[in-house]
Amino acid sequence: MINENESFIEESTKFNNLVDSNCTKSKVFNFSYQLQDKINYYLIKSFACLVILLLIGLVAMLIYSALPAMEEFGLGFAFGDDWNPVEDEFGALPFLFGTLITSFLALMLATPVSVGVALFINEVLSKKLAAVVSLFVEMIAAIPSIVFGLWGVFYLAPFVKETLTPVLKSSLGFLPFFQGASFGIGILTASLILALMIIPTITSICRIVFKTVPTLQKEAALALGSTRFEMIKIALLRPSFSGIMGAIVLGLGRALGETMAVAMVIGNSPSISASLFSPAATMASVIANEYTEADSDLHLSALCYVGFLLFIVTFTINGLARFIVWNQSKKVGG
Amino acid sequence: MKKLVTLFISLILSAQVMATIKVNGAGATFPYPIYSKWFSEYKKVKPEVQFNYQSIGSGGGIRQLIKQTVDFGASDAPMKEKDKKKAAWPIKHIPTVLGAVSVAYNLPSVKKLKLDGQTLASIFLGKISNWSHPEISKLNPGVTLPKEDILVVRRADGSGTTAIFSDYLSTISKAWKSKVGQGKSLKWPVGIGSKGNEGVTATVKQTTGTIGYIELAYALKNNLKTIALKNQAGEFIQPSVKGVSLSAASLKNKGGKVTTSIVNAPGKGVYPISAFTYILLPIKEETVELKEVKNFLNWALTKGQGMTKELHYAPLPKALAKRMLKEIR
Repeated sequence: MINENESFIEESTKFNNLVDSNCTKSKVFNFSYQLQDKINYYLIKSFACLVILLLIGLVAMLIYSALPAMEEFGLGFAFGDDWNPVEDEFGALPFLFGTLITSFLALMLATPVSVGVALFINEVLSKKLAAVVSLFVEMIAAIPSIVFGLWGVFYLAPFVKETLTPVLKSSLGFLPFFQGASFGIGILTASLILALMIIPTITSICRIVFKTVPTLQKEAALALGSTRFEMIKIALLRPSFSGIMGAIVLGLGRALGETMAVAMVIGNSPSISASLFSPAATMASVIANEYTEADSDLHLSALCYVGFLLFIVTFTINGLARFIVWNQSKKVGG
Repeated sequence: MKKLVTLFISLILSAQVMATIKVNGAGATFPYPIYSKWFSEYKKVKPEVQFNYQSIGSGGGIRQLIKQTVDFGASDAPMKEKDKKKAAWPIKHIPTVLGAVSVAYNLPSVKKLKLDGQTLASIFLGKISNWSHPEISKLNPGVTLPKEDILVVRRADGSGTTAIFSDYLSTISKAWKSKVGQGKSLKWPVGIGSKGNEGVTATVKQTTGTIGYIELAYALKNNLKTIALKNQAGEFIQPSVKGVSLSAASLKNKGGKVTTSIVNAPGKGVYPISAFTYILLPIKEETVELKEVKNFLNWALTKGQGMTKELHYAPLPKALAKRMLKEIR
């Protein structure tokens, strides 16, 4: 990368020398173009380095504050299911479970909807209407998560309890996921809220991805006698697979770290249960909930350890998804 | 123009002459409403002192005090011995007001409900999981209880309210003490956690069959039905400011240390779940700020006490307030 940049500088200086000879010097600043470029290069480079340094500093700080808990519990922390602040006994498994299950459920709900919305806006609506509808979808992303949380507590939770649960129980009640008492607050409600929150992210990226498919390709599919649905399937969805995956990853990133809205509707009970109606807790929500009043040092440190785990989880999932995208785009490209 | 400039400069200068003394404090969220009222009223009495109170939670307040970044701390629970050792100076606890934890429930068909501590502990332990359980109906003769599941609602965030409530349950029930214990965050056997007093209030309000503990002010403001709890004298007492103040009066009999727990206090008319909230004062060389904190406390423990009731805090018993005034000096 650096070599590329340097060769770019070399080239641009050559070009600048040409310009310089024509119009002598820049009048506004008394810099030569050469110097300008150099200053620019180092400035931008330092900004880029700053971001990397920030990330490293963040991780270092997190590890430093989590150190007492790491020494006490070791790697078993991630697999311990006991979280007892009174006895200073900590394990992060219930939170790991809660974060992953709500995020994946949210993805399962949001992905088909988002892809559908993106297709509808791009392929069916007229350009003017498309602009209006997409504006509305993107506006969902601008709603603060605490507002989602309030809406979840006052509207969605009663709805889940009184309407959704009886329907699910009567139709799918034989599955262990839909058994047990429901109070409207729990994994299902949290996943629904998360799904709503990530739909705009996935939709807008999917739309950009679909736009990159050449019109020629779509027309070719239609010319070969495919219906509109088949055209979408063959000419649009298939080549966009890696792009859709990328959109999903970005949505997942938001879902994993979402705190306030989830904390308000998930029930905050560090337990692992198969039923989607039961309360659970996520890594982000337990940190937000217990950080202010954690008065034993080990408790505080354990919360930092949970934060570190959350970081690792998001990092791994992001990496994994990038790998899939990269692999797939190589296949499609080659 | 020149006049305007001179006026402006003189204004700045005069502002600097009347230099404000800034006093920083941090800690408990529970007394924040009354403290901020006190600070704004106190400003009328002594405009040159400016109080800046961050309600970051008791734990945070104690940490900040130990790190010496604030002039005073505030906490719902007395400092632990371990924390006291970390501080550079001895710390004095000054109680300011009393708060109570009320137990609210949502059963549309039941207007009045009485419980004793043992039954309450069994409900929060999950041993009693239905409203029509014989132990509940035994305490409520003549009341038809619905055959509904009990949903326990509790705080999800670490909180002084939880500490007071679990202190009461641990005092009254051995099973609770051994299985759960006392603290700001607990390992709850059953129930769902809501964030903050307002979260628990909302959940109890809109879900039938629920029972949850909240600060008294929240129950009163939101018109939630509260449980009449049995006190040591055998009476069933609805939570009230008066019942709380009475429980503080029992302190005399307990040796008088202000940091002793006053849950399940003896005496007639006492509401059993209540506690002091404290301002933590470092005992050190008197700085300007520390002096102002003491001046403020002098005011808060006398005139300030009259403002507590409208915000649903209980004032300190007069004798105790007098004793504290002596200790501050």
